[in-house]
Amino acid sequence: MAVRVLFLGPLADLAGSAEREIPAPLDWLGLLDAVGPEVAGQLRDERVHIACAGRVLADKTTLTAGDGDEVALLPPVSGG
Amino acid sequence: MARLRLESPLDVRLTDSGLSVGEALAAFNAAQGGAGAIVSMLGKVRPDGDVKALELTHYKPLTLPGIQALADTARNRFSLTGAVVWHRIGVMVPGEAIVLVATAALHRRDAFAAADYLMDHLKSAAWLWKRERRADGWHWIEPRSQDHADLARWK
Repeated sequence: MAVRVLFLGPLADLAGSAEREIPAPLDWLGLLDAVGPEVAGQLRDERVHIACAGRVLADKTTLTAGDGDEVALLPPVSGG
Repeated sequence: MARLRLESPLDVRLTDSGLSVGEALAAFNAAQGGAGAIVSMLGKVRPDGDVKALELTHYKPLTLPGIQALADTARNRFSLTGAVVWHRIGVMVPGEAIVLVATAALHRRDAFAAADYLMDHLKSAAWLWKRERRADGWHWIEPRSQDHADLARWK
């Protein structure tokens, strides 16, 4: 089993796809390693949030995703 | 066709088809017999330069619950008797409705303020990502500093 990682908004273009499966368990450093340097650079931006299992993490570096969890990478939302 | 009835005083929807504005407002008015004022705001896709289309993407587990929580906060803050918040997702063309907000209160000032509050927060705090298609392809829309200034008004 794996963790399903979703790339929202412009992150999907950078990642080359809207979602990927990454082997569980997955933590912050493992995520940075798995998504490649370009997306990892974006993830370090304080305006980019991470949700795990439907909840936005207050501190994204505490990510601990297990089998079957969905992790969403959330770039800043667009303005009007 | 059965007329639309709103079952809950806070009616929040995300829809990938056109907004039935007249139907929504008629149903909201019918459901809000105790209100003294209803204010509505319809946001449309601006015919800006060479923009051919606008696409809104969302993240289901967060976007709708987030907007529901926002509507609930607005209800408490402005003593609303009810609110409608309908937001489009998917692809739209210039001139199409993108968001409908309607607020009902005993007095008009609360209804006006709540509609303004809801719009400012929908624009810059809801989990929605926009991109527009121009002659040279799709472009993501970045956050604007004006949106943050708009939000700061309510702090």
